[in-house]
Parts: sequence; C-alpha cells; structure tokens
Amino acid sequence: MAFESFADFLNMGGHGLYVWLCYGLGLLIVVANLLLPMQQSKQVIRELRRRLRREEGSA
Amino acid sequence: MAVKWLPRWFFQLASPRWCYQITGMLIPWFAVVSITLVVLGTIWGLAFAPADYQQGNSFRIIYLHVPAAILAQSFYMLMALAGAIGLIWKMKVADMVAKSVAPIGASLAVLALLTGAIWGKPTWGSWWVWDARLTSMLVLLFLYLGVIALNSAIESETTAGQATAVLSLVGLVNIPIIKYSVEWWNTLHQPASFKLTEKPAMPPEMWVPLLVMVIGFYTLFGLALMLRLRNEILQRERRASWVRDLLSVKA
Amino acid sequence: MSNQQTSFAKLFVHTFKRDLVLAFRRKSELVNPLIFFLIVVTLFPIGVSPEPQFLAELAPGLLWVAALLSTLLSMESLFKADFDDGSLEQLLLSPQPLFMVVLAKVSAHWLMSGLALTLVAPVLAVMLFLPAEGMPGLMLSLLLGTPTLSLIGAIGAALTVGLRRGGVLISLLVLPLYIPVLIFGSSAVQAAITGLPLGGYFALLGALLALALALAPLATGAALRISVSG
Repeated sequence: MAFESFADFLNMGGHGLYVWLCYGLGLLIVVANLLLPMQQSKQVIRELRRRLRREEGSA
Repeated sequence: MAVKWLPRWFFQLASPRWCYQITGMLIPWFAVVSITLVVLGTIWGLAFAPADYQQGNSFRIIYLHVPAAILAQSFYMLMALAGAIGLIWKMKVADMVAKSVAPIGASLAVLALLTGAIWGKPTWGSWWVWDARLTSMLVLLFLYLGVIALNSAIESETTAGQATAVLSLVGLVNIPIIKYSVEWWNTLHQPASFKLTEKPAMPPEMWVPLLVMVIGFYTLFGLALMLRLRNEILQRERRASWVRDLLSVKA
Repeated sequence: MSNQQTSFAKLFVHTFKRDLVLAFRRKSELVNPLIFFLIVVTLFPIGVSPEPQFLAELAPGLLWVAALLSTLLSMESLFKADFDDGSLEQLLLSPQPLFMVVLAKVSAHWLMSGLALTLVAPVLAVMLFLPAEGMPGLMLSLLLGTPTLSLIGAIGAALTVGLRRGGVLISLLVLPLYIPVLIFGSSAVQAAITGLPLGGYFALLGALLALALALAPLATGAALRISVSG
C-alpha cells in the first residue's frame, strides 16, 4: 500500500483532483463503450422483429 | 481469390453467421477476464504502485493514459487491416469490423488526449502543451474523425466500406510520417521539454500493473468491438434466413 | 515494350492537354483559389496586428497555411466536372491505365493551382515583410510541396466526388494528411530566414513528393472506381 490512510489515498499527495478526474473520464468512456452497443442491440432486435412480423402479416 | 496458405478459420470468419455465433460464445469470457484485469490493474496502479519520485502521485494517470494511447493506435491499424481484407477478399465481416472499430478507436484517442491534458496540468503547469505525443494523438483523432465522417456521408454500405478502407489505408501509410514530422517539429520548437512517459526504465512495481492494464484494455475494448460488430452483422444481414430464424426463436 | 511506353506517354500528354484546355475555358476556377490565397493572407494583419516585425515572424507559417488551404479549396473541382458529364465513367471503363490518367490530371491541376500559388507567393511575402533571404526558401519549398498537396488532395477529391456535399468533408479527410508537408515547408522558410542550410528540408519534401507520386495515384484510382461504381 502506497498510502497511509484513506484520506491520503483520496488526496493523492495534492494531485487528487487530476488523478480522480482522469479515472472518472476513463470510467465514463469504458461504460459508454459497453452500454451503448448493448442498448443498440436491443433496439436493433426490436426493430428487426417488428419488420419480420410486418412481412409475415402481409404475406 | 483462392489462397492456400491462410488457415481455414480465416475464411470461416468471413461468414457473418459463424462470426455472430463465435463472438456470442466469446463475449462472456472476455467480459470476465477484461473486468478482472482492469479492476485489478486500476487498484494496483492507484493504491499499491509506488509514487514517482519526480511527479508524485499524478504519475498514476499513466495507468490510464498509456493503455488508451496504445489502443487508439493499434485500433487504427486494425481498422486499416480489416479494410484492406475487405477490399481484397470482398469479405463483408471485415468491412463490418472496420466500421465498428472506428468509433471505439476515436473514443480511446479522446481519452488519451484528455488524460494527457489533465496530467499536463500538474506536470507542466498548463492544460495543454504542444508536446509531440499529444500532438500526434490529436492528429490520429482527426484521422479517425475523417474516416467516421466519410463512412456516414456515403449511403450505400458497401461503397462506404470500400471508401473508408482506402482512406484508412492512406492514413496508415501517413501515420509514421506524421509521427516523425511532429516529433521533429517539436524538438525544433521546444528543446529538452519534459516528457510525460519517457522514463529511464521503470521498476517492475510500476510497469507490471501497467502491463496488466494494457492487456485488460485490449480485452475490454475487444469486448466493446464484438458488441458493436454483432449489431452491425444483424443489421446488414437482416434479410438472411439465419437472422430471421434467430429472431423468431428468441421471441 | 517501347510501343507501350510511347502509348503511356501519349496517354499522359493527351489527358494533360485536355485538362489544361478545359481549365482555361473556366477561368473563374483558375483564379478563385488565388484570390482566396490573397484574402486569407490579408485577414491576418487586419485580425492580429499590422506590425512589420510581428508579421515577419508569422509569415512563413502563414503563407504555407494559406497556400495549403487554397490548394485544398481547388481540389474539389478536380474530378467534379468529369463526374457530372459522365466522362469519368468512360475513363474508368477504358483499357488505359488509370494511374497515368490520374497522374496527368493531377499534374494539369497542379500547374493551374500549385504553380500559380508559388508564383504569387513572393508578392504576398513582401506584404507580410518576409525578409528577402527567405524568398528562395519559400519559392522552392512551395514548388516541392504543393505537388504533394495536390496528389494527396486528389485522393480526397476522388473519395468524395460522388457526394453532394463533399466540400467540407474533403477538408476533414485531407487536412490531417497535409501536416508533414506543412511542417517541413514552413520550417524550410524559417531556416532560409535564419541562414541555415536548406538541403535537408528540400530532401525531405522531395522524399514526400516521391512517395506521394508512387502511391497517391494508385489510391486515387481505387477511390475513383469505388465512388463511381457506388
């Protein structure tokens, strides 16, 4: 462990703002890269299924 | 084009259906491995790795900045390679890979730029410095944005795939030239500036977590790529019978 | 073999002449990039400061950036007219090697844009108080650099020729690729002002030109086939 206490860990030797800002942005981009395609997948499947039903209905 | 020396799986990958199935099997494994590695690497880098003797704890940004920068570059290579395969063998899946990689790579370039800029504040005293690495990363982002813009401007999917493949190959040839020229320009204007990541040999306590993070990022964004790729496959193969079967079974 | 070589040369000369004739018929397209060059350069003293010393310091980069932008502006028309009237499609269907055709078209285009910019540049350099020692550096670097700009720009023009709104897109695609030429070109001018040897800069610009000559027509040809078939 490189830090004495949890407060020390948050403070990062005075550079807390920079370090945590970076990791926050990192988390944001990682989560966006995983969640957006998952959401899109649901949308795509729903859309394709609707199209399929429409075609079956008309046929 | 019949090529004997390529392994069979390479041509199997060309089948969207097979690709959809195999990525479906791989995704859970990638999810487990990547999340374990990234969480491990983050905790290790943030809490256990020693602080840098010059930069103190702001050095810990390296565990995010360097993997993002490495991945942004290798994803561009992957995009150009996939585009080339798509052009040469008319492989649909390669086209889809190239299209799915672009936004991920661009977001990684943005992450590398932002973390670099934030890291610059405690190190150089300003949010942005025209440092050689940051500048070439900015140009890489421009290249990504050009590819994405071209892809979205062309309506026909096959034409868009081919056109972006040509553009990303041109970009690939240019990347080393841009890198070299920017580095040269930088030494011309800022002699002996302080480099963020160029260190005289890091001790293992510092680079092992970095390695863990790099591998973790590869698997994590490989996962993101597979998720995107599957959407792309479904959308483009919507008229294929296997997609119809898949959708009606799933309901 | 020699027969084939002469036919390559003929093809080049024929396309080159045709493009020149066509260019002279549309004089506004010839003059517009030059006017643009002039206006952009004029904006800087007005927008920043007319002080001679300051402008002299700014001049190498400014002239290069302005030359680069006006080359880019002229690129869009490279294949547009041929695409619109269908002659591009005919060119692609013909058995002639596309490499030579593209090379001839780009050469003709460069003669009308890049070379013209190079010839106008000293006038603007005087207006920006560029020291006289910098002039040979400026002229030679533009002479070596603008063909590369035209060759790279042709790839962008070919990729966007079928699109209705290709104008902004082409600059997005091409500008990042112009960066090395900009760096070496403006550094050459700066070196000329300070009296440093210029050989290295011209060697680098020449190397970029050689690379662009070998590869850009190939990429342009491929891009044209894709754009026209799609």
